[in-house]
Amino acid sequence: MKLTTSFNRSLWVFHFNSGSCNGCDIEIVASLTPRYDPERFGVKLVGSPRHADVLLVTGPVTNQMVDRLQRIYAQMPEPKIVMVVGTCAQSGGVFSTSYNLAGPVDQIISVDVYVPGCAPRPEAIIQGVVTAIAKFERLHGSAKQ
Amino acid sequence: MNQILLAVVGTIFLAIFAIAFGLILSGIDRRIVARMQARVGPPLLQPFTDVQKLLAKQSIIPANAIPCLFNTMPIVALASAITILLYLPFGSFAPVLGEFGDVILILYLLTIPSLALIIGGFASGSPYATIGAQREMVSMIAYELPLTIAVIAIVWRLMIAGIHEPFSILTLMQNPVWSVVGPLGIIALFILLVMMAWVLPGELSKIPFDSPEAETELAGGILVEYSGRNLGLFMLSQAVKMVAISTFGIILLLPWNLSQFFGISGIIAWITDTIIFALKVLFVMTVSVTIIRTTMARFRITQIVGLYWLVLGGLGAIAMILMMVDAFFCEMI
Repeated sequence: MKLTTSFNRSLWVFHFNSGSCNGCDIEIVASLTPRYDPERFGVKLVGSPRHADVLLVTGPVTNQMVDRLQRIYAQMPEPKIVMVVGTCAQSGGVFSTSYNLAGPVDQIISVDVYVPGCAPRPEAIIQGVVTAIAKFERLHGSAKQ
Repeated sequence: MNQILLAVVGTIFLAIFAIAFGLILSGIDRRIVARMQARVGPPLLQPFTDVQKLLAKQSIIPANAIPCLFNTMPIVALASAITILLYLPFGSFAPVLGEFGDVILILYLLTIPSLALIIGGFASGSPYATIGAQREMVSMIAYELPLTIAVIAIVWRLMIAGIHEPFSILTLMQNPVWSVVGPLGIIALFILLVMMAWVLPGELSKIPFDSPEAETELAGGILVEYSGRNLGLFMLSQAVKMVAISTFGIILLLPWNLSQFFGISGIIAWITDTIIFALKVLFVMTVSVTIIRTTMARFRITQIVGLYWLVLGGLGAIAMILMMVDAFFCEMI
């Protein structure tokens, strides 16, 4: 797969809620507001995983969502990056001992970028997207070798 | 032989020009939308970056899809959108295939990119895409009525005024309909202008007529299963179609060239006409796509049909009656 630098300036994000309390989701919406305006850098929220470059997952993965998360991940075209937002997605957080939890996101699919916080501030989420761009650049660098 | 070579070279040149111009137009459109929402907005060349990225990505063919249809339809959409441009003059450049087609042909050709989109949607085997394709069909049926009324009213008026070959594109370009009609006809033409301004976003499935693509409820609608190169080709065909439909509207209702007024000729006339033409396309796009799409929310599919058939169809009937009365008075005097 040939990677071009256009990935750095046009990152399309698909948002997937795998059992979040909606706190992180509200912060994601907040980071899309005119105050931060990520469209300046080509970052856009898309409606279909087929169009996306980044899978943004919030919340711990409940038993019901395991299959869905794996399917959504498989539906995305290569190259793709998974980014988890929030403490719950990272470790389970306050829900970690819950009976209906399959575990944090990285036990289901491979994760590239973690954004900790309950809920993380929009600045932190944008920092995470920048890290995702850096990851694409690293992939690009390794593809050139 | 020479003519064929000229047509081929013209087509290639036109395709490159239309793709570049259409992508810049959509960049300007996104920028203006961002400014209207108090944002900075993406760089002007953002659509180029997007398409470049999509062309580099993997193209997934879903298990349920019909691969031959699924893969050919983006190419058909782009090719047919470029074909429309072969019959349309840009500024004072004559159309590449001007002598072979007329307005009726363009009306038919305009439906083909949408049809390719519909077939691609049905072929992708996703329920979201199927609903999107059905909605696209309904909205196509809806916007065809006001578009056809506008074309027929203008061409009929030119015919009554005794102009030879009123259906030819060049005739429409050389005889601006505004200079043919009387005062009542001017009112009718303003009504037709409003109708065309509302047909444009419907033709391009932009908000408020984007229910076939509905990001929030259908997750991208017709395009839901398209990824990578195929999605990029559909984006290109949308950009080219944007140029084509606004050029068509300009030829029908705003066909003036500056060189005729000032009597300039040669290369300077070509340059001024091209610049004025680009500005006209930009103006049409800003008014009827950008501003409408920023200020309104999405219509339901029933509301789209109601708007196009009842409101705009009714306005079209009024415009036609005004045109007939105008023609009656003009011929009397």
